[in-house]
Amino acid sequence: MEGLLGKKLGMTQIYSDEGRVIPVTVIKAGPCLVVQRRESQNNGSHAVQLGLVEDRAPKHVTKPMLGHFEKAGVAPMRRLEEFTVEPETEWKAGDQVKASVFAEDEYVDVVATSKGKGFQGVMKRHGHSGGRATHGSMFHRAPGSVGQASYPSRVFPGVKMPGRMGGKRVTVKNLKVVKVDEERNLLYLRGSVPGPRNGYLSIRRAKKG
Amino acid sequence: MNELQEVESAYLRSDMPEFRPGDTLKVHVKVAEGDKERIQIFQGVVIGRRGSGTRETFTVRKISGGIGVERVLPLHSPVVDKIEVVRRGRVRRAKLYYLRKLRGKAARIEERREDRLQGKAARKEPSAAS
Repeated sequence: MEGLLGKKLGMTQIYSDEGRVIPVTVIKAGPCLVVQRRESQNNGSHAVQLGLVEDRAPKHVTKPMLGHFEKAGVAPMRRLEEFTVEPETEWKAGDQVKASVFAEDEYVDVVATSKGKGFQGVMKRHGHSGGRATHGSMFHRAPGSVGQASYPSRVFPGVKMPGRMGGKRVTVKNLKVVKVDEERNLLYLRGSVPGPRNGYLSIRRAKKG
Repeated sequence: MNELQEVESAYLRSDMPEFRPGDTLKVHVKVAEGDKERIQIFQGVVIGRRGSGTRETFTVRKISGGIGVERVLPLHSPVVDKIEVVRRGRVRRAKLYYLRKLRGKAARIEERREDRLQGKAARKEPSAAS
């Protein structure tokens, strides 16, 4: 399951040949460098650790990490992530991975941290429908009942309540690759991806099904 | 120019004439009928433009059979085959929504004469004067 790291540039729309509007997210995907190749002792699965190429002064990197980068023969990077790969994949430390690992009309999954939305009520956070606004309803956006009375005399764990929303790891599956710009390392994905502009994303070939 | 604008610039159409709210246009729109395609002309006054980049749209208003008809068209869409500027109008707002309440004589728009313009606009496009 090949993948790579990228940065969200933002959303826009482009037109298909028939004149239909396609909403797309443009992603600066890579270039990434393979920092390490790993093989699991337990089940023999293979993984590569990829780093997104970005300038990072060595003085901001801890010495243990500097040694880790040096071993792979690459410059220090900000963001590292591990992707599982097929054992046949010949990626080794120092190899470059670009947006061209994906082709047009392929499907990908995107993992990222969603935008933080602060403390939110149940309507926004859990999609509750709320109450009537008018006609003296007196029940507007409140959570309503959180359980029964003397038995069980407590609120069950996991009841949906207001609280912190967003800022969590979110996976969006099966996004279609509309276009690949190999020259500028850009991926155009149909639809939206989690996170703010300039947020980090990891993109992997869709697992499907 | 940020990177996203660079991406969009590849999809912008450069063959569109310059036009402003108040201008009268003939818009050649591609209409799909079954599996055939033909061109339909929609002539009317531009009452506004909005958006930027590939999302820019414009609204054209005309009176068809006594009923006001407005079409919002994406400026850079391939659905728009061609735009002809029929007449340039002099207006003092960016959005001419007040035209919706006016009929006949009251809804006329004065023609814009570029040669009367002084200063920056006239110097920038002296050849555009009609």
